[in-house]
Amino acid sequence: MPNEPEPIRHFRLNGRNCAVPAADHTLLVETLRETLGHVGTKQGCDGGECGACTVLIDGVARLACLTRTGECEGHEIETIEGLAAGGRMSRLQRAFHERLGTQCGYCTPGMIMAAESLLRRDPHPTETAIREALSGNLCRCTGYVKIVEAVLEAAGAG
Amino acid sequence: MTATRTEIFSAGIVEAGLGTVTREIPAGEPPPWPPNAELTWIGKDVPRLNGRDKVTGATRYTVDVRLPGMLHARFLRCPLPSAELRKLDTAAATALDGARAVIALARPGDRLRYAGQPVAAVAALSPGVAAEALAAIDAEFRPLPFVVDMDEARAPDAPLVYDEASAPKGNPSGFPAAPGLPVVGNVRGPAVVRRGDPAQGFAAADIVVEGEYRTQVQTHSCLEPHAIVADWRADGLTVYMSTQFTSGVRQELAALFGLPLNRVRVVVDGMGGGFGSKSQLGVYGRTAVELSRLAGLPVRLALDRHEEQIDAGNRPGTFQRMRLGAKRDGTLTALAIESHGTAGVALGAGIGFFAERIYTCPNFETLQHDVFVNAGPGCAMRGPGNTPGAYGLEQAIDTLSERLGLDPLALRDRIDPSKARREERRIGAERIGWSRRHKPGADPGAVKRGMGVAQSLWMSNVQTNVACEVRVLRDGSVEALSSVQDIGTGIGTVMAQVVAEVLGLRPGDITVRIGDTEFPPGGPSYGSRTTASITPPLRTAATRVLAELGREAARMLNAAPEELEAREGRIRVKSDPGRSLAFRDAAALLRTDRISAVESRADDYPGFRRRMPDAAMAHEDLGGVQFAEVAVDTETGAIRVERVVAVHDCGRPINRLLLESQVQGGVLMGVSYALLERRVMDRRTGLMVNADLEHYKLAGVHDTPEIEVVILENLQGNSATDAYGIAEPANIATAPAIANAVYNAIGVRLTSLPMTPDVVLAALGKTGRS
Repeated sequence: MPNEPEPIRHFRLNGRNCAVPAADHTLLVETLRETLGHVGTKQGCDGGECGACTVLIDGVARLACLTRTGECEGHEIETIEGLAAGGRMSRLQRAFHERLGTQCGYCTPGMIMAAESLLRRDPHPTETAIREALSGNLCRCTGYVKIVEAVLEAAGAG
Repeated sequence: MTATRTEIFSAGIVEAGLGTVTREIPAGEPPPWPPNAELTWIGKDVPRLNGRDKVTGATRYTVDVRLPGMLHARFLRCPLPSAELRKLDTAAATALDGARAVIALARPGDRLRYAGQPVAAVAALSPGVAAEALAAIDAEFRPLPFVVDMDEARAPDAPLVYDEASAPKGNPSGFPAAPGLPVVGNVRGPAVVRRGDPAQGFAAADIVVEGEYRTQVQTHSCLEPHAIVADWRADGLTVYMSTQFTSGVRQELAALFGLPLNRVRVVVDGMGGGFGSKSQLGVYGRTAVELSRLAGLPVRLALDRHEEQIDAGNRPGTFQRMRLGAKRDGTLTALAIESHGTAGVALGAGIGFFAERIYTCPNFETLQHDVFVNAGPGCAMRGPGNTPGAYGLEQAIDTLSERLGLDPLALRDRIDPSKARREERRIGAERIGWSRRHKPGADPGAVKRGMGVAQSLWMSNVQTNVACEVRVLRDGSVEALSSVQDIGTGIGTVMAQVVAEVLGLRPGDITVRIGDTEFPPGGPSYGSRTTASITPPLRTAATRVLAELGREAARMLNAAPEELEAREGRIRVKSDPGRSLAFRDAAALLRTDRISAVESRADDYPGFRRRMPDAAMAHEDLGGVQFAEVAVDTETGAIRVERVVAVHDCGRPINRLLLESQVQGGVLMGVSYALLERRVMDRRTGLMVNADLEHYKLAGVHDTPEIEVVILENLQGNSATDAYGIAEPANIATAPAIANAVYNAIGVRLTSLPMTPDVVLAALGKTGRS
């Protein structure tokens, strides 16, 4: 079948300029995972239910499975791969590692990006605010206890 | 006969006082370990060694695997709950540009038995083309009568899911294993277990308690879907699969495709949860391999969430009738259970093992039935049988204690022979503040609080077809190898701790290579058996490889090998620690680039209680006691679990941080089971109406109670590590502990799951529903 060439979308990805072809209906999660090979962003549901694909767009947590790549034109996107600057874990990543905020780890990238978004707008959140910020992210393994502890610790160390 | 020697082991619950036990052990086994307090790495909080990869997004899961030339596969599934396949024409799909392989999984004339049953599969250059190819398949289905509700399926005139000839005979999840039972209508069974004389036992009882309990169908809902990338090549098959059992899948593939084992390799790196549902190859696994064979290219098949919900396994729903007879002092005289459960088109809905084993009762009977309905096949899920079984029995015990005027803990002290659980009840009662517990419904006001307790029982399973390898390389680096997979619990970290303890190194010094059948066979990650299976032979292998290194070091240190010990990164003379060599320098003395030891083991020291092919049961009283505190809003019907105290034992704990995390997860899965999760089937269409994660409710961070975890150190001198599992016990007691707490709060007993607000209000007589 004849294929129209897909338009090129321009945005910043983890601090670098990025130009990538994506059709109008292409979702950001597909572009990240399939076109750009950034597979740290996960997909756990058929759209908008589990939070595993949470990324930051202009510093705010967004679901990459509900965002069309075309909408990202000119915007700043951050994924889990961008957090460990220079190979050093961020404070949140370190806390998730040391406090065992992970089990299978599949929800972890989305969980950390949701928490990152919170800490940027509220560096010292209450536990209630942390739970609110993570309420769209499902975890089937940990029971969330150590996840909340990890975010609290990262906030304290911030 | 292998040579043996006698050793004296510390034995007992460390928290309650230790004794000793003398064991005759195989001569090649390492000496007894002291309690954890005297060990360096065992029992300590070691963070996950691969944790950095998990938090930076570097871990590669099966869904992330991309191979050159990889095709994308999808299923055509039956849209109806019961149908005859009238026509299946795949010619147009096969001819489609970009389609590379199409296979039929059913033939015209076949009976299809649930909505979602695979009918055909395609592999194509992209997911989009695969979808087009599916649409090009010409399939016709003739609707047939169906039944999706278990009670309706038991009616004499219910549409039949199977006839006697076609009904499955075996038992996919193994609980209870009872082949060859009669099938009448849609009901198979009863599977009968009897001891003593139940009729006489009830006649001798002072009090008889009866109860009926109902549990829902729960789906596993692993965050990573079932996924496989199959790469069939002329010289062999490599499969990347999100699996709980790499070496088991390899065996299945070899048998199914007529390949020798050495031409089949199964690999899993990151693994996004299983909970029982990723234990076998499955139709999806088989299909991907077949498509790859046909296309001559790698094939990726990953289910979407809708497929996960309708056709990736589930925990069977149950209906349980319990009858308990007791003397005034609480002594049980008889226990009888009749149960019906449904695993959809599959078997394995029994619940009786828990009641059969947990309490002392001379007269016992279970009659267990599997009921077929037109729904996706169930399979083992975290504590299969025992989790729904505990929901019924632990409530019946609670009712009995009230009728006897006994505290529920005092009654259990009388009827539960487990020493570990006795200690767990004592500790848990203190932590939760059991003395604050009031009479049922005594809390004034609209929001009523209550407290409840329930117990866990699971088997200490061990895989006997397990081996481990430990290597020391000439630069002093160390590797531990096994095909065992880390499904999230952290077995790799546990392995590093064991090897580090033996070699006197740090866990971070050990490179753990797992999740690949190129390494010695590891066991499955199910049945709470991984740690018990892998750590004893691993410790033995590390001990042996150290002995070989010690022979080199001994020459250099002018000592006998048996005078040496490995501590703090050095090989040193025990009586004169100043005479020592760095581990690295000792390794440099090796003649070859690496030395290696591979070990397995045939038995626990006291002997396994029961043996199965490739596996065994060490004992059957892996314990755990959980206490729950709830608040029930009698105006809205909402139950909030405020606090859970979970006290567990798993032999010798190896990593408390990992154990705590697993118990917290087990508790939350129990909260979710108790209050939220339910597969809803539409009786009119036969379809699952909540096949997603929006309407199928999983507990979220807002639903998490405060969870306090206590892990006992219960030494038994059973193996080189004495370590057992915890995944399943952590889940079994939660829902009944919550149910008993709800009763204590409102004074009305809820007997069906999930305990949603409408159920609470109905029980309180506040709605028109009954």
